[in-house]
Formats: sequence, structure tokens, C-alpha cells
Amino acid sequence: MTAATATTPLTRGVFGRASLKRNRRWALIASYVFLIVFAIFFLLPPYYMIITALKSDAEVAHMAHNPWIIAEGITFEQFKLLFTQSDFLIFFKNTAIVTVCTVVITMCISVLAAFSLGRMKFWGSGILATGIFLTYLVPDTLLFIPLFQIVKSLGLLNSYWGMVLVYPTLTVPFCTWIMIGYFQSIPKELDEAALIDGAGQMQMLFKIFIPVALPGIIAATIFSFTVSWAAFVYPMTFLYSADQQVLTVGTVTSLIKADVYKWGMLMAGALVAAAPPLIIYAFLMDYYIAGLTAGATKG
Amino acid sequence: MADTLHSWNPTVATTAARPASKLLKFLRRRSAIAFVMCLPLMTVIGGLVIYPAFYSIYLSMLNKSQTRFIGLSNFTYLLSRDVFWMVVEQSAIFALTAVFFKALIGLVTAHLINNLPVKGQRKWRGMLLVPWVIPLALSTLGWWWMFDPTHSALNWIINLFGGDEIAWLSNPYWARFSVILVNVWYGAPFFLIMYLAALKSVPEQLYEAAAIDGASAWQKFVHITLPMMRNIIAITILFSLIVTFANFDIVQIMTAGGPRNMTHVFATYSFLTGIRSGDLPLGSAVSLFMLPILAVSAIFILRGVRKRGREIG
Repeated sequence: MTAATATTPLTRGVFGRASLKRNRRWALIASYVFLIVFAIFFLLPPYYMIITALKSDAEVAHMAHNPWIIAEGITFEQFKLLFTQSDFLIFFKNTAIVTVCTVVITMCISVLAAFSLGRMKFWGSGILATGIFLTYLVPDTLLFIPLFQIVKSLGLLNSYWGMVLVYPTLTVPFCTWIMIGYFQSIPKELDEAALIDGAGQMQMLFKIFIPVALPGIIAATIFSFTVSWAAFVYPMTFLYSADQQVLTVGTVTSLIKADVYKWGMLMAGALVAAAPPLIIYAFLMDYYIAGLTAGATKG
Repeated sequence: MADTLHSWNPTVATTAARPASKLLKFLRRRSAIAFVMCLPLMTVIGGLVIYPAFYSIYLSMLNKSQTRFIGLSNFTYLLSRDVFWMVVEQSAIFALTAVFFKALIGLVTAHLINNLPVKGQRKWRGMLLVPWVIPLALSTLGWWWMFDPTHSALNWIINLFGGDEIAWLSNPYWARFSVILVNVWYGAPFFLIMYLAALKSVPEQLYEAAAIDGASAWQKFVHITLPMMRNIIAITILFSLIVTFANFDIVQIMTAGGPRNMTHVFATYSFLTGIRSGDLPLGSAVSLFMLPILAVSAIFILRGVRKRGREIG
């Protein structure tokens, strides 16, 4: 709505070049004003988390000053506390192991299946591709109770290896789906040329399809990384001791000790835990966005 | 493996002639390889999605200690409880309100960014997508801290303007507002990105032609932008409806369903009954109530995606 009204002067002013220019400038200014308002809304929580993490405990507790600024000097005390006095580094290590394993497993399964479904086709492959898309729409909160029983019967309850087992259900369907789209967009002539040169299916996959579809593979890798890094329902349900816990649940539950909220340290923990996805996003934004929008535009 | 698969390939029957035998062998091998390549995927989906889904239905018909088959008793028990109806009501309010505002904010911000000079768009898009990139559990922790009753930084701002302090998470109605607010904050950037991508795909000539005919910006929006984006808007909304309806993180972290069970959604209530209270069958019955709305949304999404796939070619 706002956007429409903001651009209205733009077309009304077709009568004179000067007024057109002026109106366009006003539309632009209005756009910036509204965008700044939205940016404040979107960036307020991360800003406040950073501010809190850099304050001393005393300043956080006393509330003598404006809470939105650091009045008594920046301190890295909270980060030191986080790394020395809590289990945070264990959580970080566990999350890193689980995420790396999940990403590797996901990409192996997805690329093979997508190549097969997108290019080779076999009896029932069309139905299977549709089925994959539907499983992507099954939320984790529908499956966590039966999976609890399954994980328990496999003896993987309260072990992060159980996460390596169940996380692929969150990542494989979507990654396969977008990889099918990428593989299908590669011209048929390429594999015909490869066939004439006598390449086998595997050679074709590794020498032609993976290099050509590299942007898709990067997007899918980023997707599976961020999803496994941020997963919350499964670890919340299946993990309960600190030595097996992952970052999301560990930060939210274990860092809160004896009902005294150490907010500075909590925020420091949340920031460090959120850093890897944010860093990847900062450097690979275009791939990140490509992966995000591919689900609805490809296929 | 190859022998059983051979009969699956419809082209095999037509290639009986002698010169074709090499091709036949190749086709047989090709579809066999294709099938084998899909096996890991089918194992994961079959073993960890489809099997648990059906197991969940079976589980929901057992008694608490899982020793006796009790039919639909868990479901009728739930339907007779006031708390469960509150969960239904709150899930509906939560999902519908949150998705509406996410879609609205996404549409508005996408248009605003699209108005800017091209070289500045990237920067704004990158900035506004940040809420989506931070793992939800961790940003919810940040929101929780802003809502904290004694230290609330939001109440400090309200005090500054002379307003009364708000009990964000201890007043049930404000708690409902708060969980929706956090969900909108988290999900709006996703809509922004989808709509921005869709806006870019509308051919510029359509707007030029409309400008020549003297169409106003509003007319352009209603007669060009909306029809061109209708499909992607529908897909995004339905998709977000599923994700929001099944959301767990926000409510679990901020209120754990309280105060007075008024912020429970299906996922958190199912967690409470199934895992915390140890009644797995009842918990899976709760989560199965999500199935109808998810199934309906999924069918429409699939239709939309297929249509869009054809449009793009």
C-alpha cells in the first residue's frame, strides 16, 4: 500500500518534465524514510543483543542508564566468561560436527538423486520427484514424537549422532528439489556430446553436471548448513545432557543457571552461535538468496 | 537388479530388433543406475519421514504406557478438553495473523526496495534479510531479553514517551501479541525476498505500455503487478502458513505455552504432553491434528508450483 502511494506522484507528473523530476525525488525520499523505519524494526533485536553482550554485569543489572547505549565502557568480560565458565565450547564443537556430517550426507544423497530424477528418468521417477516436494512440506513438529521412539530404539537418544541421523529429513527433500531444477536447466546437447565421446553416467555427473550446476550446489550446501545449524525441535526433544547438546538448545537452556539470568553472557553466547550462518550470508548472499527463492521458481 | 528393472522400461519392448540390442543393454543399464542413485534418498525419506508418519498414527491409538490399543480415545479425550480448544484457537490466530502481516510487510518492503536506484537495492536487501539468517532460537532469546519484565528495554522506550509499562509475557493477551510480533519479525524478510524476485520478473514493457495509456501507480499495481505475481504470492502464503502453523521455537522459548496455557500452539502442546509429561501417544495425537490443514495447503502449493513451472517453461 505504502509503496503504491509513494510512487503515485511519479506518474501524475507526466505533464511537465520539472514536476516529474521533483515528484520522482519525493517518491524516492518517501521510500527511504519508510525503509529506514523497517530497517530499525528488523535490526533492533540484533543491535540490542550486541549492546548487551558488550556491557558489564553491573551495568546490565542496575539500569541506571539508557539501556540502548553502552554508558560504562565496552568490556569483553562476557565473552571471556562464556568461553571459560560455561559449556559453550562443547556445544559449539557438537554443532560443528553434526552440521558438517549432515551437509556431507545431504549433498551426497541429493546430488545423486537429483541427477537421476532430473536427467535419467526411470519408472516412477516423476511420482518420486513430486513425493520429495511433498515431504519437504512435512514439518519437523509432526514427526518429532515418532522419531523419538525410533531414535530411542536405535540407542541414539541423548547422543548427537542421533542428530546426524534425523537432520537429513530437514535438508534432503529441499536440496534434492532445487538440484533437480538446476540439472534440468542444463541443455540436453551437453550430455549428448558427452555420450558420443563415450562418457559413462558417473563421468557425466562429475565432469559435466556438477561443474555446470555449481551455483545450485553452493546454494543447496548453504541451505543445508543453515538449517542444521539452526535446528531446534529435534535437539530439544532428543538431547538432554550438556556434553551432547548443540548450540541452539544449549544456549537457550543450559546457559541459564540457577535461575539467575546472566543476560550479558547469554547474549554473547547467542551472538557467537549465530555468527557462522551470518558470516556465510555476508560473503555468499547471492547464493543464499538463490537457494531461498529456487523452491518456488524451479521445477 | 538389472533384470528386474528391464521390464520397467517402456522403450524396451519396442526395441526388439538385432541392431537395437546394444541400445537395449544400454537403456537397461541406464535406468538401473538411475534407480540405484535414488536408493539413498528413498531410504531416508521412507525410513525417516513416511514410516514415522504412519507410525505416529498407530502410536496415537495406544494408551499412555503403549501396552493397549485404545482406538480413537486419545482424540476424543483431546476434543473434550478446554485446553485443547484453546490450542486450536491460538494456533489459528497465531498462524493467520502472523502470515497476514508477514505478507503485507514483505509486499510493502519489496516495493520500496524496487523503487530505489538499482545500485542501492543490494545493500538494503542484504540488511533487511538479517532476521531470517539468524537462527530463530537465538534471535528469540534476544527478543525475550527485550521483553524481560524488570529490565525491558522496550518498556524503557515506552516510559520515555510517558506510556505505561507493558507486561509483555505475563499478561496472556500481550503474550499472544508478543509471539506473533516475533514471528512477523522473523518471517517478513522471506516474503520480501520472494516478492522482490517476482517483481523483477515482471516485464518492464507492461509498465511502459500502461504509462502511455495514462495508468496511475495504483492501477498498475492492481492490473499488472498483482496478476503477474498472483501465483508466487499464493505459493509463499501457503508455504508460510504451513511453517507458521507448525512453529515451535518462538512459543517454547518465550512462554513455553503460558501464561495460563494461552499461548500454546499445536507443536508446543504436543511437546508438553508427549515429551515433558511422557504421554507419547497423546502427544502424537495432538500433532496429528495439524495434518488436515497441512495437507490442504500442500495440495494447493503443489498445484501452484507446477503452474509456475509451466509458465517459466
